[in-house]
This record gives sequence, structure tokens and C-alpha cells, in this order.
Amino acid sequence: MGELALNILDLAQNAVAAQATLIRIEVAENEEGFLVFRIADNGRGMEQSFLEKVRDPFVTTRTTRKVGMGIPLVDMAAQQCGGRMDITSRPGKGTEVTASFRRDNIDCPPLGDVAGSIAVLLAGAPATDVLFSYKGSRGDFVFDSRNIREELGEACDFSHPELAAWVRAYLQQEIDRVKEEGRAI
Amino acid sequence: MKSLADLHALRDKLKSDLKLRKESGTKIIIGMGTCGIAAGAREVMAAVLDELARRHLTDVQVQQTGCIGMCDKEVLLDVLRPGEARITYGNVKPEDVSKIIANHVVNGNIVEDMVVGKIENK
Repeated sequence: MGELALNILDLAQNAVAAQATLIRIEVAENEEGFLVFRIADNGRGMEQSFLEKVRDPFVTTRTTRKVGMGIPLVDMAAQQCGGRMDITSRPGKGTEVTASFRRDNIDCPPLGDVAGSIAVLLAGAPATDVLFSYKGSRGDFVFDSRNIREELGEACDFSHPELAAWVRAYLQQEIDRVKEEGRAI
Repeated sequence: MKSLADLHALRDKLKSDLKLRKESGTKIIIGMGTCGIAAGAREVMAAVLDELARRHLTDVQVQQTGCIGMCDKEVLLDVLRPGEARITYGNVKPEDVSKIIANHVVNGNIVEDMVVGKIENK
């Protein structure tokens, strides 16, 4: 994928497809030198038997092709840079994917444009809520789309170009405020 | 400096566009499966949103779809104008977006050299 923000967007799209109403997306720069992200949804979840096979690219629920690459790509990217991916799921409850990446490893992809990923996620699935948090070395930042929805009432439409532009600019500003200084993400 | 207070100013604009967006019916649909995202769908959707904002085409709706099986032609972008055929454009790059919006979305002229699929309106 080239940047972890695209993997995050892709995994979040799985949550949308699983009819999640709320997707929690956490990104953290931890003290041990890892970048960790977690995507947890309240969608339909997976059976244990499917969960066991889900790292296999030739396992998928899709009908257009017999290949599903989203989870395997994250699994591979994490392992290549000394990290790991964990996935838990319960039918009817939701799915949680956690992936860690050792940042000083040469194979660690850049985090990339997370603000763009979240804005595009909301624009494409405007009825889904996103609780996004970024724990950086200079502080924490939390964005809850439910607060925006409450503020705007019935006028809230995340696919409206001007609201999408605001979400993107606001997230970028806040991420820049808390992320580790001097590091291109 | 962006703050949540900006939303007050946006609310009236969003509210007045609400009806317009429901009635217009012109849609731009972008493939957001893994294949689409890996090929640049996020940048294409961002470019679409930017272009619509720049041209004040706030009545055009942007939607997403999953993989439709033409992964090698991603990024796929469909334009659906009311009463007209649904046109699928393939290998769309962010720099193609303004051309598609100007010619097709605004003026109804299909950008033929980028078309990979067409579903007639029944």
C-alpha cells in the first residue's frame, strides 16, 4: 500500500462493509519505538472458523474475486518491520485489528495521510461514526464524529465537499500538533 | 486555525444545500475496495471533493462502492447523471478528475477515451 494510512482506510472499509455504526481508530507512537494502530468496530463480526483463516489471501467473503488482500497486506507489512498484527472478532459484536510497526526498521512504511483517510472514510460512508484518536509524543488528540453530528444536527453530511475539507484540515492540524516533532509521518 | 467553532458558520451552508443534494441526483461513485485504495482511490476521492468545492457543485453527491471485479482498471469512477447511462471511467488519476467533472458532470459530454464500462439507463 505504501503508507499505513491506506491500510487503516482499507480496514475501516471492512468495518463499513460489516455494517458497523461506530469505528474506533487509534494511532499511537509508543515509548518502545513502535507505531501502533487499532481499528475496532461494532459490525457483524466473524465466526471463529473464518477468523482462523483470515490471514490467508485466498480467503474472502467477496463474490467478485476469490482473493482478499486487505488483512494479509497488513499482516505482511507488520511482520516485515518487526511488528505484528492481532485480530479478534465475535459474531454480532464486532472486530478489532491491532497492528504494530517498529519505526526504526527500514521496512516500516510511513504513516502517511491519516487525516485524508479519515475524511475520505467519512465522506464515503457518511452514516458511519468514527472515533479517532492519535497519541503522539507531544500529547493526545481525540476526534469524535458524533460530536460533529450533534453540533450540526440534520445538516450534518460528511460527504458534503466543504465539511469533508474541514474535517481533513482540522485533523491534519491536530495531528501535527501532537505528533513527534521533526518526523515526517 | 481550524476549530469546532467553524461548524457554526458551516451549518447554514450545509442546511441550505441539503434539499439541493437530495433532489439533484447526479452522482459520482468511486471504487473503495482494497484494489481501489491501493491504486489511489483516496487521492481520487479527495480530488473529486476538492473540485466540487472549488466549482461550488455542492448538489453533486459523492458515494463509494466496493470492488466490482475490474481490479486491474482501478481507480474506477462512475458518473451517473439523472436519466442518462451510468459511465464507468478506469485508471483514473487525481489529475483526470477536473476533466471528468468539467466535461461530463457539468456539461454532459462523456470523456470517451477513459471509459471502461457503460450501463444503459432503463
